[in-house]
Amino acid sequence: MNKATDFEHMEHEIVGTVGTPLVDKPKMSTRNVDVYYGDKQAIFDVNLDLAENEVIALIGPSGCGKSTYLRCLNRMNDTIDICRVTGRLMLDDEDIYNKSMDPVLLRARVGMVFQKPNPFPKSIYDNVAYGPKLHGLASNRAELDEIVVTSLQKAGLFEEVKDRLDAPGTGLSGGQQQRLCIARTIAVSPEVILMDEPASALDPIATAVIEELIDELRANFTIAIVTHSMQQAARVSQRTAYFHLGKLVEVGETNQIFTNPSHQLTENYITGRFG
Amino acid sequence: MEKDLYLSQHISQRFNVELEEIRNRVMRMGGLVEKQISRGMKALQTSDSELGELVTSSDYEINALEVDIDEECMQILARRQPAASDLRLIVTIIKTITDLERIGDEAEKLGRYSVLLADENTTPGHFVEIGHLGEHVKRMLNDALDAFARLDIEAALRTIADDELVNEEFDAISRQLITRMMEDPREIRNALRISWCARALERMGDHTKNICEYVVFLVQGKDIRHTSLEKMQESTGIDFGD
Repeated sequence: MNKATDFEHMEHEIVGTVGTPLVDKPKMSTRNVDVYYGDKQAIFDVNLDLAENEVIALIGPSGCGKSTYLRCLNRMNDTIDICRVTGRLMLDDEDIYNKSMDPVLLRARVGMVFQKPNPFPKSIYDNVAYGPKLHGLASNRAELDEIVVTSLQKAGLFEEVKDRLDAPGTGLSGGQQQRLCIARTIAVSPEVILMDEPASALDPIATAVIEELIDELRANFTIAIVTHSMQQAARVSQRTAYFHLGKLVEVGETNQIFTNPSHQLTENYITGRFG
Repeated sequence: MEKDLYLSQHISQRFNVELEEIRNRVMRMGGLVEKQISRGMKALQTSDSELGELVTSSDYEINALEVDIDEECMQILARRQPAASDLRLIVTIIKTITDLERIGDEAEKLGRYSVLLADENTTPGHFVEIGHLGEHVKRMLNDALDAFARLDIEAALRTIADDELVNEEFDAISRQLITRMMEDPREIRNALRISWCARALERMGDHTKNICEYVVFLVQGKDIRHTSLEKMQESTGIDFGD
């Protein structure tokens, strides 16, 4: 059998999810999640929990649905007309796809950091202050200053920019811009932070800084990170979820996934084999 | 769920070649070690001091291979950052060659003592039991290397069980040697030398057992070191009998 091209066969090997997709007292829980782009189904029956204060890494080949799944968690897929999400997605006890749930408020609670740093064409200060202002989190300038400073500190950027908060955010280096985006995300006190390949456009030093930051942020937030870098997943996460052709194949302790995964497809992917 | 270890199915052909090469080298090192034991035992049993000298002077080849393979493994760790079964393979190899090198050292001792014993005109009859022990250990090592090459954990576990027999044989030889020493104190010096040789063979058995434990780790990802045979049977789910 030619393993390299036998994708049809491979797909049928996935029966349910191997490992530990569910946890006690999850911060977010998702059940029977299906996602469709028009007629095409992109995600098949995913059941996965995000535990409080954990970093969970979502890995898998391009097009496996990991980013699509991530974007379901704060309803970013709402912005795509043909995209349809079914299943039950809960943040604590609230159904995030319930009609009463305001997506804008949801995205303040479940923030997102993207692959390419995307600061607003505004000053460093305004980039961070934008969210708190929008959501009315500060009643006066002093409180806003406080939020901006603490957010920049938490994102590990404050020392580098404290003398030029009025300078444009776009003038920072790539790594700094990404940390600015993280500061902007945490300024609105989210509960969950979603990261879609946050370090893939950064050099190794900037990447190490971001990874260190992720580890620190874990104390206060629940983090789900999509990454193509296996080493990064191994370094930053406590649990790892492997997606393949829209299905969740295996979830387990990161230590176990990278030394002794249970599913052949996971093994093939992380060791760079055909399949 | 059982998984296959496709050691040659990487997208990177170069990586396949590297892993294949390194595995071949381990097998070559194992072959060298086996040869050293055979020659050491023959030198001992036939009082062939020339062959004994050859065993002593050949150990460097094994040492050199150990250094080479270690270097290769480090290169792979640095350049490929292997994961899962690849990572376990590299770790297994690093550990296996350490034990192989130690077995080589023990074989060297056989050569050294055979030279001393040949000079003393010991009666060949002394070597019957130790000859049996030597054959047993050689067979064990051969099985272990086979298990490594074929990723055969059942064979690995059977070989681990075999080590207990080797230990029993060693105890029996020790008792016989003690009797001989008590009967004739003039024999003490030679009996002690033979005892060192038996001890060397017993240690080879222990190192061989280690290699088999690494094979189980390589295939199943389970660390069965420092556990009883029953526990090994239980955790691997394999009934390997007596």
